[in-house]
Amino acid sequence: MTAWLGPAEWQAVALSLRVSLTATALSLPLGIWIAWLLARRRFPGKQVLNGLVHLPLILPPVVTGYLLLLTFGTQGPVGGPLRDWFGVTLAFRWTGAALAAAIMAFPLMVRAIRLSFEAVDPRLEEAAATLGASRLRVFATVTLPLIAPGIVAGAVLAFAKAMGEFGATITFVANIPGRTQTLPSAIYGFLQVPGGEGPALRLVLVSVAVAMTALLVSEVLAARASRRVAGS
Amino acid sequence: MTLEVRLSQRWPGFALDAAFTAPDGVTALFGRSGSGKTTIVNAVAGLLRPQAGRIVLGGDVLLDTRAGRFVPPSARRIGYVFQDGRLFPHMDVAANLLYGRRPRRRDAAFSDVVDLLGIGALLARRPAALSGGEKSRVALGRALLSNPRLLLMDEPLAALDEARKAEILPYLERIRDTARIPILYVSHSVAEIARLATTLVTIEAGRVTGAGPVAAMLADPGAVRFLGVREAGAVLAGRIVAHHPDGLSEVAVSGGSLHLPRIALGVGHGVRLRIAAQDVILSRAAPVGLSALNILPGIVTAIRRGDGPGAMVQLACGGDLLLARITGRSADAMDLREGQPCHAIMKSVAVHPDDVGG
Repeated sequence: MTAWLGPAEWQAVALSLRVSLTATALSLPLGIWIAWLLARRRFPGKQVLNGLVHLPLILPPVVTGYLLLLTFGTQGPVGGPLRDWFGVTLAFRWTGAALAAAIMAFPLMVRAIRLSFEAVDPRLEEAAATLGASRLRVFATVTLPLIAPGIVAGAVLAFAKAMGEFGATITFVANIPGRTQTLPSAIYGFLQVPGGEGPALRLVLVSVAVAMTALLVSEVLAARASRRVAGS
Repeated sequence: MTLEVRLSQRWPGFALDAAFTAPDGVTALFGRSGSGKTTIVNAVAGLLRPQAGRIVLGGDVLLDTRAGRFVPPSARRIGYVFQDGRLFPHMDVAANLLYGRRPRRRDAAFSDVVDLLGIGALLARRPAALSGGEKSRVALGRALLSNPRLLLMDEPLAALDEARKAEILPYLERIRDTARIPILYVSHSVAEIARLATTLVTIEAGRVTGAGPVAAMLADPGAVRFLGVREAGAVLAGRIVAHHPDGLSEVAVSGGSLHLPRIALGVGHGVRLRIAAQDVILSRAAPVGLSALNILPGIVTAIRRGDGPGAMVQLACGGDLLLARITGRSADAMDLREGQPCHAIMKSVAVHPDDVGG
């Protein structure tokens, strides 16, 4: 594949995979928690939280990227302290691309997991409690296994969305080859220069292949998890 | 161990104000759908936190709203057998059974319960592959194996057809007789209660309307109001004294002896007899020349006339109470009064094995 793809193209593919996997893995625990809050708890400000989670789905990606730059840029209210106290910079780094991808993919992940929480019969959790199980044990041994198909679906959706994220990423971290140039940014970049159609087309093919593979893997995992839950 | 319950809970359009005490043995909560039985059981389990109330199990305060005490369900050690089983679909039967067990090992008690319920062949199966009756048995076993101090059963047979009910009832009887813990049993089936319960608490529209030993409660002429005409009837404790060569078994009750079709239990065994009020005929004179075999002499202790043409007559036969449903016209014609001697002629008797002296 390295022979078929040029070094710049290969770099973009590898970076995109790294960004998407990081974004998915790091946002998954938070996604499960938020989905649980939205599905199961009643608290003041629930609609506000729901709105915030879904905001990236509705806002123009450029707006999300710009808001990220304002907040997490080196002069921003979060980005400044992050750099001064922890030496972490997100803007114009691949870690920033991961943050942008995670935020853009978050609504899709939360929606899928939330739906599976709502499908779990709370009476099974009650039964576990009467058998002496603590809340944590009920969650780990009853709730989590039953929502496993939803978690798989949410994670794959988020990964696919992260692989394709373009607007917020290019606004927040720009399009620096080898550093922040993800697969979609690279396609866009190639299309801006004469003679770039060839590399762009190869990257499009890679994009399609990755998306299809993710979909197939998720189908297999979800089917396996469902079988385990239904117990047939 | 005694369970004391006092609860009040208000919803728009429904108020629950119930107080009762459940002694050792099986206490049946009887009432129509929507009378508040399940709410009471859920509050005892800790699945519902009532607005006001106090629940004490064997001296241990599980709930006291005035003192702000609420023990969560996981710390109550109360086994709950739900109407719908609620087995964990992603675990096999063995894992379901062991879920509430400490330590989670297949020890001697595990084998005992598996044998008692006859579920040894199901251990590797998933709940989806079980029949309704098998699910009920596994749910029972799972609750028993959590080593509870009290067992709650919310209509454990309601979801089953008659054949499956007949399959489960003997297991429930065995649990009643072997598990030395009180059982709170929700039901709206008089037949189940007459067969299983030792104490009966009747609930109507969120209130306790009666409580007491099941024999006395079922022989109360006023009971017909909530039991229904067809279901009213007394429960008698008897003992098998002989099996006769003509195929009849003789059962001694406190007021005499009854001859019933052969009972498949040994001489000396205790049995529980249920005699529906509508299957009893009364006669002032000692009847002669009747085909009916079972006649007990007694004294009329109460007469209650209903709104319709019927009347309920309670008789004391030895130490037991019988209930007869006759017409008001017959009661007048016979000039029945309290304290009068009378004969009860029984057309049919239902027999169940009992733990009494068994």
